[in-house]
Amino acid sequence: MSAPVHHPHVVAPFDENVSFDELPDAPPSQAYRPTLTGWIGIIITCFWLFIAVFGSFLAPYGENALPFPDDYAEFQSPKEGASLGTDVEDRDVLSRVMYGAGRTIGISFAATLLAYFVGVVLGIGAAVSGPRVDMVMSRINDAFLSLPTIMLGLVVVAAVGSSIPVLILTAGMIYASVVFRLSRAIGMEIMVMDYVEAAKVRGEGRWWIITREIWPNARMPLITDFGLRLIYVILFISSLSFLGLGVQPPQADWGSMVRENLGALQYGESQLAVIAPAVAIATLTVSINLIVDDVSAHGGGKLSKRM
Amino acid sequence: MDAQTPRETPDVIFETKDLVISAVRENEPDLPIVKGVSFQVHKGEVVALIGESGSGKTTISLSALGYCKPGLEFSSGEANLLGRNIAGLSTDELRPSRGINVAYLAQSAAATFNPSIRINEQVTEAPVLHGTKSQDEANAKALELYGALDLPDPDTIGERYPHQVSGGQLQRLMAAMALCGDPDLLVLDEPTTALDVTTQIEVLKAFKKVIKDEGAAAIYVTHDLAVVAQIADYIVVLYSGEVKEAGPTDVIINNPKHPYTKRLMAAIKPLPEPGLGEATAADTGETPTLEVRNADAGYGQRADGQPIVKVLKDINVRVEHGKTVGVIGESGSGKSTLARVMAGLLPASTGEVFMNGELLPADLTKRTKDQLRKIQFVYQMADTALNPRQRIKDILGRPLSFYFGMSGSKRRSRVLELLDMVELPSQFADRYPHELSGGQKQRVNLARALAAEPEVVLCDEVTSALDTIVGANVIDLLTRLQKDTGVAYVFISHDLSTVASFADEIVVLYQGEIVEQGPTDMVLSPPHQPYTDLLISSVPETRIGWLEEAIAARHERNLRSADN
Repeated sequence: MSAPVHHPHVVAPFDENVSFDELPDAPPSQAYRPTLTGWIGIIITCFWLFIAVFGSFLAPYGENALPFPDDYAEFQSPKEGASLGTDVEDRDVLSRVMYGAGRTIGISFAATLLAYFVGVVLGIGAAVSGPRVDMVMSRINDAFLSLPTIMLGLVVVAAVGSSIPVLILTAGMIYASVVFRLSRAIGMEIMVMDYVEAAKVRGEGRWWIITREIWPNARMPLITDFGLRLIYVILFISSLSFLGLGVQPPQADWGSMVRENLGALQYGESQLAVIAPAVAIATLTVSINLIVDDVSAHGGGKLSKRM
Repeated sequence: MDAQTPRETPDVIFETKDLVISAVRENEPDLPIVKGVSFQVHKGEVVALIGESGSGKTTISLSALGYCKPGLEFSSGEANLLGRNIAGLSTDELRPSRGINVAYLAQSAAATFNPSIRINEQVTEAPVLHGTKSQDEANAKALELYGALDLPDPDTIGERYPHQVSGGQLQRLMAAMALCGDPDLLVLDEPTTALDVTTQIEVLKAFKKVIKDEGAAAIYVTHDLAVVAQIADYIVVLYSGEVKEAGPTDVIINNPKHPYTKRLMAAIKPLPEPGLGEATAADTGETPTLEVRNADAGYGQRADGQPIVKVLKDINVRVEHGKTVGVIGESGSGKSTLARVMAGLLPASTGEVFMNGELLPADLTKRTKDQLRKIQFVYQMADTALNPRQRIKDILGRPLSFYFGMSGSKRRSRVLELLDMVELPSQFADRYPHELSGGQKQRVNLARALAAEPEVVLCDEVTSALDTIVGANVIDLLTRLQKDTGVAYVFISHDLSTVASFADEIVVLYQGEIVEQGPTDMVLSPPHQPYTDLLISSVPETRIGWLEEAIAARHERNLRSADN
């Protein structure tokens, strides 16, 4: 093979004493910094969390107090002393939204926590167990998943009656089956990694493998999914309340407020009594979604794909 | 170009002029990845870009397609394809030339083909889509290419689905896909790295022939100098995004000037000449540290307790104290399965594993802590072998607490000792695995195995994922550690020259059976088993003209065996 004439032999200038170290791999990924939409989500979510915790102290009136006892009329327009108007029983809409925030968010949060506790323990348990145990657990879970969530909730609440603990338990159990599937899938994915096999070859017990090898790696995707799951539970609890089977009157909760004030749409002087709680549900769920999306996008979109 | 003359392919197909490509960073100045690289690719020529991972070779080759990986951008300089600067053009502007002027061949054909579409449809897609050929013309072209690429049944192979052909065939079919649109420039990114040596030789031969016949120019990206010597006309040596040396192949191979090129050449371990390998004493009668007797193993379970798919058949291997047994074979030969049987991850269906003359339970859950400690496993991919959420000190410290009950300052000082043993600085103890480079991770991986003070370390392709220089350093480290600690290795690899350079004994596996085993010297000396012969003759040598000789020799051998 003769050297083509048009290609000269080029040697870069060099220093005999310089050693050629191994080149680094790709620079490590940067820490999560929220983008603009991420910040919007964080601000709105924090606002609602603040209202949920302190709303009952900050509300201008009591939950069932009448701001204008001398001038009883339903669905009054906003005016001095009732900035969002009044509802079907002439109660202050703003105060009820603030009381309802704590109840809606509190119940949903407790239910999601329960779903996560049950779902993650069983899901990771199934992932590390043998194929037979996994098979049995997964098929039982499939049966649960096949039931329509709202119908199942309706049946349970209709059978045992509605109270806040029943609502939390019902929503928690229904969503535990979804969490089971996700955490089992994540657990399975990690189980086949070489570092888990290395731990097995070392002779580590199952507890070590779950707590030290699997959990630290499963934690991030599960925490991100927690936010998404919380949205579903908020919508579920609100739907049950809207159907009259959730939070019972006269207690306020965003779902039941939409239901009891539906009449405002047809003949109310002001529609704010139904719009305000609906907007509250929408802004809270959308803002949580914005945070989840932002975090997932930072992780290369892998998390959102898995959900 | 003179407007009067008909459009003709210019002599310079592709050139970069002071090309700079940078990683875009937030709140920080851009980080240049490619730092002013210039080279030319002329008509009918193969230019090789060689360098280790991180040298920017793939990034440069992609600039020929006008493409930058996400997070990178063209900062300055030119990338001229057929005289047009394509750096920074939009996808819409680039689309007409892709697949027609320039085609790309990726490392993994299996990931490139759509598994649910017939091969022919995928091979002919680009020219038909661009409208440069009718479907019939494209089919005829594909047929011609299948023949030129020495594919079996060229008339019907296009009717098959990708999973119905072998890996080497699929790699050649990808070449057909790239060439079907008669591109002026072909970009090949490590196209034979994932193949076995015996397959690689066929693929290289086919590539070389087709590039020559089609008169296309090519950019060949690889870290393997031996492969480059066979196929390239001109070599560009890259390090850290800069050209260190460039020149015609024979100059670079035979007379490198730059110290980095010299180091690259020095890292290549040639196959030891027969009779020059380490002499190994015959069976000393000593009890081996690890012994596998008459083992069968496989996956799935039939009613009679035998596996459904038998991967290993009647395996006998002895590992003497402080010695190295090299296990070689192609992918699918069962070499990794053998390591899993030794480690107890996959219990042998028949046969036994002994340690110092003592029968080991086949299943690792039934082995004692001390039995487990004495056999340690080092994995191929350091990325997945180290838990990304544990610091190096925890990864190395765990075996110390687990096997020896160490804690506190005693454990800390032993971790530092281990880091020192594998030549890593002590501040790495507080880092996470992703903050280390590939070779450094592999050292941590090794240190973790040594932390258990094992008698045998099972090394499964530990250098395969590393660059030549880094891999050679890891081999040197292994050799030194064996001298210092007296540990025995089972070294599994598909790379005969690496195994032969430091194993005392070699086991050649083919389709789950041992076809030859013995001291390295003996296995490398003729007469060979036919399969061993094929393996030895397929190891590429860093010598121009080797490929042609190897093919001629193989051809002759086939003729001879046909006569017999």
